Amino acid sequence: MKVTEDDVRYVAALANLELTDDENRRMVEDLNSILDYVDRLNKLDTSGISPGGQVAERFAGPGSERAGPTSELREDQLYGLRPSLPQTDALVNAPKSDGTFFLVPKVIER
Amino acid sequence: MDLQSLTIDEVRSSIAAGQTTATALARSFYSKIEAQDGPIGAYLTLSKDRAIEKANTIDALVSQGKELPPLAGVPVGIKDVMVTCGLRTTAGSKILDNYIPPYDSTAVRRLEAAGAVVLGKTNCDEFAMGSSNENSAFKPVRNPRDLSRVPGGSSGGSAAAVAAGMAVATLGSDTGGSIRQPASFCGVVGLMPTYGRVSRYGLIAFASSLDHIGPLTKTVRDAAIVLRTIAGRDPMDSTSADLPVPDYVTDLDKPVRGLRLGVPKEYFGEGLEPEVRSAVEAAIEKLASLGCEIVPVSLPHTEYAIPTYYLVATAEASSNLARYDGVRYGHRSKTVRTLAEMYERTRDEGFGAEVKRRIMLGTYALSAGYYDAYYLKAQRVRTLLARDFEEAFKKVDAIVTPTSPTPAFKLGEKTEDPLAMYLADVYTVTADLVGIPGISVPCGETRQRLPIGLQILARHFDEATMLRIAQSYEKSSGRGLKI
Repeated sequence: MKVTEDDVRYVAALANLELTDDENRRMVEDLNSILDYVDRLNKLDTSGISPGGQVAERFAGPGSERAGPTSELREDQLYGLRPSLPQTDALVNAPKSDGTFFLVPKVIER
Repeated sequence: MDLQSLTIDEVRSSIAAGQTTATALARSFYSKIEAQDGPIGAYLTLSKDRAIEKANTIDALVSQGKELPPLAGVPVGIKDVMVTCGLRTTAGSKILDNYIPPYDSTAVRRLEAAGAVVLGKTNCDEFAMGSSNENSAFKPVRNPRDLSRVPGGSSGGSAAAVAAGMAVATLGSDTGGSIRQPASFCGVVGLMPTYGRVSRYGLIAFASSLDHIGPLTKTVRDAAIVLRTIAGRDPMDSTSADLPVPDYVTDLDKPVRGLRLGVPKEYFGEGLEPEVRSAVEAAIEKLASLGCEIVPVSLPHTEYAIPTYYLVATAEASSNLARYDGVRYGHRSKTVRTLAEMYERTRDEGFGAEVKRRIMLGTYALSAGYYDAYYLKAQRVRTLLARDFEEAFKKVDAIVTPTSPTPAFKLGEKTEDPLAMYLADVYTVTADLVGIPGISVPCGETRQRLPIGLQILARHFDEATMLRIAQSYEKSSGRGLKI
């Protein structure tokens, strides 16, 4: 057993998830079975191997001198003078809003 | 007009010749969807107003005698993980049940600019997490070939819509096999382009280093036409490649004689069903008879791909899905007093079981004390997987494998065992991890008439070679139109 019910509660809190007791128990089982399975990665010696997050950057496309996805940053300018989303559009999906702000339950008690 | 077998070029030419109109065609597709989609469940939302409006502009071009764009009047479905302006987009999740996006994703915008008519949004696993489409929060999709079986996932609705003739082409997304595996299960063509070939602007993010958008179609030629339309640099996606887009369509019929095809022994081992094996081996022989040289290769780290994938993908998902908190859009729990309660309860009510499982696994793999052991370890193994392909591609021009070890399985067969479900992606995940393109092409059926798919993988940004091989196989086997 790699993960206990307490671990699951701790990780759920990190992930902002409120799990029911049933969900908690099931999650302990599922995570342990998946973690047992991924343990096979430890059969491999990866010392000296660099982590490969953006694999495609190491390859150039045929006939191109540049790597795949652009690695450099773009100029710090507004792309195509694209206007920002109008406030009404940005708020249209808000569960609660006063027309100017998103409204949420009070954070600070006085 | 036989909607079932209709291809992109046929749509365009019959509209141009005045045999039909884009509007009439859109209406007949809607009639077909209304008559047939009930038991299949391929669509979540239909967009009739948008479709008819677009079709009218195509018909206006015809009456003005103007040249028609390449996808003029072509009825398409869009996987419900790509945002569409003013058109409900759910990602198959309750948490986005009522979400109306204020902008269009680039891939959809490019399709419509080329004349395509968006019929609606296709069903999928919640946040594209699943291999059977049973994780859709709204309804499962059923395989049009056999309604007791799954269509594959997560782009199950996109595959089923094409297979059932309820769209000429669809867009799907592929993070671990989600275009190719359902294409294989439903007997259609599914193409995942190179990482960075197609802009993901407007794609609801699952795992950002693995997500791809690509087409599902009836023929290889149609896949090439759609890819040509949606590919290319987009300033709105910094990971989109700044490389010219070749004309995939013109080069399709170039001969494949002399091309070297690698057959990796690791993809023909334990777990591969005999009927799938013999169909794929027959397809490889067919390619040999067309003049391809068959070369045995090894991809020695293949067995590590699934564990690597489930650590990397879930870690990225746990971060990407943090935005669903009930503040700006989507579901918000009704019964909360504090902000913290609002976040937690909203997410508990809004996400389904598999999404929670992946957020939990990903959060765990990134948490203090486990980051090196799980996340970083997986990223290192990812490098080894990339090296496997680098070595193989020194000897061969493309790699051929089965797309999935089995044909479509029954609904409910794997829902209780997450690991068994994950293994349905065993032949597809590696290409996502390595960033190379892959295509699944129908290559036969089982005795029970379930479709089987041949997967062709190619070098980064070499979709042209991959498509040529797929095209010559399709032509020689007489498949492609027999859905």
